[in-house]
Amino acid sequence: MIGEATFKIWRTHPGGDGTFQTFHTTVSEGMVVLDVVHRIQAEQAPDLAVRWNCKAGKCGSCSAEINGNPRLMCMTRLDDLNLWEPVTVEPMRAFPSVKDLVTDVSWNFRVKKEITKFTPRTPDAPDGTWRMAQRDADRVQEFRKCIECFLCQDVCHVLRDHGKHDEFIGPRFFVYTANLEMNPLDTADRVPDLKERYGIGYCNITKCCTKVCPEHIHITDNAIIPLKERVVTRYYDPVSRLLRVFR
Amino acid sequence: MAGATYSYDVLIIGAGGAGLRAAIEASAAGVSVGLICKSLLGKAHTVMAEGGMAASLSHNDDRDNWKVHFADTMRGGQYVNNWRMAELHAKEAPDRVRELEAWGAVFDRTPDGRINQRNFGGHRYPRLAHVGDRTGLELIRTLQDHTIHLGVTVHMEHTVVDLILDGGRVAGALAYDRERGRFHVFAAKAIILATGGIGRAYKVTSNSWEGTGDGHALAYRAGAELIDMEFVQFHPTGMIWPLSVKGLLVTEGVRGEGGVLKNSEGRRFMFDDIPENYRPQTAADPEEGWRYVMNDKSARRPPELLTRDHVARCIVREVKEGRGSPHGGVYLDIAWIKEKLPNAEEHIKRKLPSMYHQFMQLANLDITKEPMEIGPTTHYVMGGIRVDADSQMSTVPGLFAAGECASGINGANRLGGNSLSDIVVFGKRAGEYAAEWARRQSAPRLDDAAVARAEKTAVEPFERGERGENPYRVQQDLQETMQNLVGIVRNEDEMREALEKLAGLQARAARAGVAGGREYHAGWHTALDLRNLMVVSEAVTRSALERRESRGGHFREDYPDKTQEFSRINVMVKQAGGGAMQVSRVPIPPMPPELQQVIEEQTS
Ligand SMILES: Cc1cc2nc3c(=O)[nH]c(=O)nc-3n(C[C@H](O)[C@H](O)[C@H](O)COP(=O)(O)OP(=O)(O)OC[C@H]3O[C@@H](n4cnc5c(N)ncnc54)[C@H](O)[C@@H]3O)c2cc1C
Ligand code: SF4
Ligand code: SF4
Ligand code: FES
Repeated sequence: MIGEATFKIWRTHPGGDGTFQTFHTTVSEGMVVLDVVHRIQAEQAPDLAVRWNCKAGKCGSCSAEINGNPRLMCMTRLDDLNLWEPVTVEPMRAFPSVKDLVTDVSWNFRVKKEITKFTPRTPDAPDGTWRMAQRDADRVQEFRKCIECFLCQDVCHVLRDHGKHDEFIGPRFFVYTANLEMNPLDTADRVPDLKERYGIGYCNITKCCTKVCPEHIHITDNAIIPLKERVVTRYYDPVSRLLRVFR
Repeated sequence: MAGATYSYDVLIIGAGGAGLRAAIEASAAGVSVGLICKSLLGKAHTVMAEGGMAASLSHNDDRDNWKVHFADTMRGGQYVNNWRMAELHAKEAPDRVRELEAWGAVFDRTPDGRINQRNFGGHRYPRLAHVGDRTGLELIRTLQDHTIHLGVTVHMEHTVVDLILDGGRVAGALAYDRERGRFHVFAAKAIILATGGIGRAYKVTSNSWEGTGDGHALAYRAGAELIDMEFVQFHPTGMIWPLSVKGLLVTEGVRGEGGVLKNSEGRRFMFDDIPENYRPQTAADPEEGWRYVMNDKSARRPPELLTRDHVARCIVREVKEGRGSPHGGVYLDIAWIKEKLPNAEEHIKRKLPSMYHQFMQLANLDITKEPMEIGPTTHYVMGGIRVDADSQMSTVPGLFAAGECASGINGANRLGGNSLSDIVVFGKRAGEYAAEWARRQSAPRLDDAAVARAEKTAVEPFERGERGENPYRVQQDLQETMQNLVGIVRNEDEMREALEKLAGLQARAARAGVAGGREYHAGWHTALDLRNLMVVSEAVTRSALERRESRGGHFREDYPDKTQEFSRINVMVKQAGGGAMQVSRVPIPPMPPELQQVIEEQTS
């Protein structure tokens, strides 16, 4: 397959607004969207801004919206797209624009800092190590696959449409919190924060985040819902509330 | 300190495993720490590492200990390693793995709940602590999530273009932020370079765009010495098809789990060429090799797990002699294990999840059913900044280096898994000694004129504008030159030709031009990267010309054997007075008798 394709790529203008710019380019078998962007950069638009790093789906840098769908550019093959029509490539819309395809994702880094860090129990063995069954490791390892592409944050309506960035940490950080809360070695309690500061109540389980996760993490089923259950048990379950009063 | 935007006791350039580990240690020592990286935090090349990190925890085989690891590392490096670094690495790696667990890393487990370890090429016993095939992600995320709570100031998406000296010692660095293209001056009493590798000097590479040898070149321009630059590791198994993913790594873990290499005639050619010194440890036949994969302790390893340099050359030979696959590689087959295991498909998906997805998604190929087509890819540089083994300080006072950009531990060839342990062992040491050094220094004096000169050079591409050379094209031509003339199999004539071409490319690189604004301008960034790529390419070529023998990652068809003469020296390059690159040989100090004895015990 060698052919022509048309790409409409979002370009920002010095003032801050932007428009789609149309590029015609040749494409060949096995190419991914990031290859096309690079080709355009090398041949037609040297100052085209794009963030990427590994080109292997491992670093989570190249997130964008391709034909409106949040994807990693380096893992989106042209075979999967309809090349009879122009392909649109635009930045993640839930974050402020920096330039062209690059967005300001620094909010995510600030949010993470606010979450109580890993706090292990005292080691199990005299040499300072712990014992953990693979079964227990499996559960947290699913969450630790996250490559911080922030595509789930991009698609979550609580952030994207309602802009609750100050009250809601977003699916990525529920995954992060779940990884800490379900780590068998961890002793910290993040349940009050989940309710009061992380805004888990805003999530109405639409599962949009899960659908876009390139690491196929079951964000809603395995992270958010169990965390919500912990909040409910702590605050709304009459039996445990009673027990807490008398403790 | 006129003109400095930021000022730190210790400034760390690079936020891969080495830089992050250094930051943790330096901040623990109570000094102020700044950390600069070209990408966002957590995206550095370390994130791509797959197979695991080597440490003699001896969880899976209690015969393992630091001595065996040390001896394996020295043999892998063909004895031109810095033996002190190899010793420190082997001794300290287990503690560095254990502390990761204390910081939240969740490694795969043994049945009794300890950290599980896997087999890897060149390691006598199962030694690689791992998390499926995404160990690098686990390592970098753990360090990142720990570091953000320590008060270290992180400057993401900033690129350092030059180091600033004060009478020979380090005083600071000049960087631009990618987002706006503005310059920032960082004053520092000590600087740690942790900038990673040079893979982008080659056309086919497993490295991310960041691997442009910046730290190597920054140090070189500041007067530091680089050693072992001829030793570049070509990983035997990279993807070769489709073209757009050519070079992408296929983890050695595939072979560790039983994957075999076959040529177009279906022959397991690795059995045909087993080097003498590895014969006693290598399986006699496929049956024994399989038993090894199945953790039979009496079995020896299959020849697919011989050192990377050797396997890569065997693949090149098969292809050259007409027994290659359609796209110019050979076959790597893991699907065959279904003959041995009832649940092979599940097993492969569980043990090698990223590989399964990588091929499914990028090549439309199901590795549980079909063999992969693979070929060598530029992977790692053993050479780098010459440092003191204990403190990691270079020959420039106050300038430290750790991780892939430093040199010594690996000698002529790195064993898989030794880098992830190297970066934390020596990252920690660099952080500790840099903090100690910084505490003893007065505030450096930043030479405003030097800063202004560095800034001026950095914006020159804009002055030339579109009339200048297209930086992307120069970069492509450079990669082509290194790939074709200073690759896996080298000779004098081709490398002389490479030097001539490099001179031409140097002139073109100096004329690179870009138009437009400075905000997130990839063309401009590429133009600046070129300066560094030129330095490392020349260093590799000149060092490779100097070493007239074959050893480890360096193979010369005109001198195909190892020689006594070169067994006791490292090749060193340094900037001479007039700016030319000067090559010399530095003798390796004799190994102390205790270590000598360790090696003898382990090889007998
Ligand atoms: C695909 C792949 C798989 C691998 N698998 C393994 C494995 O299983 N086991 C193993 O031991 N090793 C493995 N390696 C090797 C290992 O990953 C690397 O050698 C190691 O991660 C290097 O770490 P580092 O900290 O030295 O540098 P890196 O992780 O490369 O980090 C370099 C840092 O420096 C920054 N930087 C560079 N230049 C500048 C500049 N001019 N200004 C500011 N910042 C700069 C970058 O932004 C980055 O933050 C693998 C390598 C690859 C490519
Ligand atoms: S499930 Fe919750 S977190 Fe995920 S996208 Fe929907 S509202 Fe957002
Ligand atoms: S959870 Fe998935 S989608 Fe969200 S940041 Fe992590 S990898 Fe990306
Ligand atoms: S470039 Fe790393 S995920 Fe796409």
